[in-house]
Amino acid sequence: MRARGRIALTVAGAAIVLYALFPVVWILMLSLKADAQTPGFLPREWTLENYVTVLESGLFLSALRNSIGISLIATTASVTLATFAAYAVARLEFKGRRGVLATALAIAMFPTISLVPPLFDLWRAVGLYDTWLGLVIPYMSFTLPLSIWILVAFFREIPWEIEQAARMDGATAFQAFRLVIVPLAAPGVFTAAILTFFFAWNDFVFGISLTASEAARPVPAALAFFTGESFFEQPAAQIAAASIVVTIPVIVLVLLFQRRIVAGLTAGAVKG
Amino acid sequence: MARAARSAAWRRGEQRLGWALCAPAVAVMLAVTAYPMLHALWLSLQRYRITDPGSHRFVGLDNYALILTDPLWWRVVGVTLLITVITVAVELVLGLGIALVMHRLARGRGVVRTAVLVPYGIVTVVSGFAWLYAFRGDSGFVAGWLGLEGYDFFAGFGSSLLVICLSEIWKTTPFVALLLLAGLAQIPPELDEAAEMDGATAWQRLWLVTLPNMRAAIMVAVLFRTLDAYRIFDNVFVMTAGANGTETVSFLAYRQIVSRTAMGLGAAVSVLLFLTVVLIAWVFIRLFRTDLAPVGAGR
Amino acid sequence: MAAIRLRNVVKAFGGFRAVDDVTLDIADGEFMIIVGPSGCGKSTLLRMIAGLEDVTSGDVLIGGERVNDKPPRERNLAMVFQSYALYPHLTVYDNIAFPLRLAKLPEHEVRHKVRHAAEMLELEELLGRKPAELSGGQRQRVAMGRAIVRDAQAFLFDEPLSNLDARLRAQMRAEIARLQRRLGTTTVYVTHDQTEAMTLGDRVAVLRRGVLQQCAPPRELYERPANLFVAAFIGAPPMTLLPARLEDERVALPFLAVPPPPDVDAASLRSRPLVAGIRPEACVAADRVDPARRALGGAFEGVVDVIEWLGHEQYAHVAYELAPDGARALQGLAAALDYDELKPRLIASLDPGSRVREGERAQFWVDGSKLYLFDAESGENLRARA
Repeated sequence: MRARGRIALTVAGAAIVLYALFPVVWILMLSLKADAQTPGFLPREWTLENYVTVLESGLFLSALRNSIGISLIATTASVTLATFAAYAVARLEFKGRRGVLATALAIAMFPTISLVPPLFDLWRAVGLYDTWLGLVIPYMSFTLPLSIWILVAFFREIPWEIEQAARMDGATAFQAFRLVIVPLAAPGVFTAAILTFFFAWNDFVFGISLTASEAARPVPAALAFFTGESFFEQPAAQIAAASIVVTIPVIVLVLLFQRRIVAGLTAGAVKG
Repeated sequence: MARAARSAAWRRGEQRLGWALCAPAVAVMLAVTAYPMLHALWLSLQRYRITDPGSHRFVGLDNYALILTDPLWWRVVGVTLLITVITVAVELVLGLGIALVMHRLARGRGVVRTAVLVPYGIVTVVSGFAWLYAFRGDSGFVAGWLGLEGYDFFAGFGSSLLVICLSEIWKTTPFVALLLLAGLAQIPPELDEAAEMDGATAWQRLWLVTLPNMRAAIMVAVLFRTLDAYRIFDNVFVMTAGANGTETVSFLAYRQIVSRTAMGLGAAVSVLLFLTVVLIAWVFIRLFRTDLAPVGAGR
Repeated sequence: MAAIRLRNVVKAFGGFRAVDDVTLDIADGEFMIIVGPSGCGKSTLLRMIAGLEDVTSGDVLIGGERVNDKPPRERNLAMVFQSYALYPHLTVYDNIAFPLRLAKLPEHEVRHKVRHAAEMLELEELLGRKPAELSGGQRQRVAMGRAIVRDAQAFLFDEPLSNLDARLRAQMRAEIARLQRRLGTTTVYVTHDQTEAMTLGDRVAVLRRGVLQQCAPPRELYERPANLFVAAFIGAPPMTLLPARLEDERVALPFLAVPPPPDVDAASLRSRPLVAGIRPEACVAADRVDPARRALGGAFEGVVDVIEWLGHEQYAHVAYELAPDGARALQGLAAALDYDELKPRLIASLDPGSRVREGERAQFWVDGSKLYLFDAESGENLRARA
């Protein structure tokens, strides 16, 4: 490494950090504005009113509840199914192994909006419209591909012999799975869980199409409808405050698990 | 290896176990996609107006003909393609820059990596709002900073599109950067040094040595991003709701749900979107295969 | 073609000096080897000449010009890497043509030079292939082709033969020597293998922990090593090292006393802790000694531990007795030289036809006149003074 380039590199690094965080800082500033209708980056008058309004809003709180509940359920269910499928694909030999991976890839490329009209009809017919389950199922469908790809990559790293050694030591197939494979695959499972959670947390399309009320509407959808609720103009500052509240878990997850997230993204995707 | 010695019974058992473990996942994946898609396909071949139930009948490909001859459809496709090309191109270049910096950075790499994941994790709608309000005259600051007081970014096609693209690019460039970084990481460092000894400038090293050896990563990044960009929805919804001619194909499909009048047409739009995505994917995978075909001997 | 001069060159990483005040002159057209154990700083030194590492202090001059601040691509040096660093996406032809094309040479000239280089290295048939399709030896030759095709001021080799099997290594050694003689280009060659160093170089620079120990033609390194480290490093089988003292006008080894070598100032060595060095050829089977020379050395009996029979040579590792403080001295010696341990074994040279077997007792004779004596603390070769 030559000293010449080092300064330029540090400056570039700082620029990248600025690039990444600037809009977030902006939203923060907006959320602290007493009067959202005033232009400018920094608030002319600072206030926490917006947060109070948002956090007291039944609409927002129920949306938050929905998001958390649906995302957690979808994540748990999706990762569980993905683990089983990935284990099978990575370590067993059976016809249709490639088919499963191909299906997963195909699903990942699906335009979700195309599914909305038929799914809308179907859910109404079956009674899943405007319910948690009505969102959990599509979320699972679309997160399974990425989870499966990531987990297959992780499972492939585990050497065959360890499992066989456990069996020689007297473990049943399931015990070997539970006591040896699962702990070793834990990082992969964790990563798949985080990325699945991001997807569910982030979803907008299904959120606005398959819900109609506070019963199941998650936060992104609720944000978009914040506008039409009680104000004629968009309550920009309040939307900003709500946005910050919704972004906090994301930032926390990123701070804690950045290494895992990067490993999962690159392991799963570059295998393509 | 022990595999050769396995008996037929074992293999059958493995077959069954394999299927048993995969079945739930596959079932869920297909339930939400296969059935609805087929239903949409079926619906798209009908003429079905909610306001006029009596006229419900099978019309074959009429709906498709209607759509494909409608200039609105082609305009929308054009806008979508424009957004796709612009965002993917910028993301590739920007992402490459970020990847190169992250690759060379020793100290501070963790900080940059963490920062770069924030746009990735942020809800797209939130990003949309952030850029929307930043560019809006009444609440934002961009107009002021650029000395364009009073300029309404959301009054015209070009400027609206610009903001939509900016939001999209900001949010997804990190993903591209990470993919490219993985590609960079597996190039041996001596290659760059050898090129330097051979007399190559930094630019020549990038173009003649680094990029050709990252081909796989670049193709994967471009494939995923193109598919995602063509399906753009969230940012359009939040920023313009399709106004000023910024409607994309996904948004068009969405409008069909909301209006719910010509169901057949709406379904046809969905099917067309699906087919387009499949086409794009197919083209890419063909390119992929030929490009990464095994190297044969001889010139 | 140019001379390369290093003046008080230092490379420091924080407090650690990888290269510590090295001054070296490489003449125009000379084949200079830089040798030393892993981590001695030889690769770092080479990379500083190349420009791939910054110089912390000191000067690097190529062709009389100070190049410290010149980037590698302006120094016009050709380098062959340990891993060859061939461009995987280019054919052999394009790999070799790469530097020429960068220099914007017209295509017909490029073709001429590439073919010439390919001919020299017997690569003509492989020009259309990609590196992935080549064997290790072939890749190595392509790497060399890429280096010689230019009119570089000097060639830099960074352990180019380390990844090859033994036979190929011997073959390529000869090739490289032949090539250098033919082209006459200044060459700096880094290796950890002392055999390569001894057989290839005009001069050899021995490096240890970043410090230059000695720079001399191979013969001088062998016959007049500057210090203990060089003496132990150069020569295969290695010199046997023993704690020794000068007592009663004789060199007292743990199991034997011999007359001192003639060119030593015995008076100054009295009661000073010494290390004696015995090369295998200085210790032979007792019955093979010319009676006239007998008095110049001393005989002893020992048990043969291991026999190394190499066809045209044979060596015996003979175990000797060591008193406890002698054992401690030996351990200290091992530590000073960064060895894990030094066993109390003397390596003796046997007649190839000798039938001495492992486990047998036999008589051996040590030639005092060929003894090396080193100061136990400084490691300095006390005979070199003479």
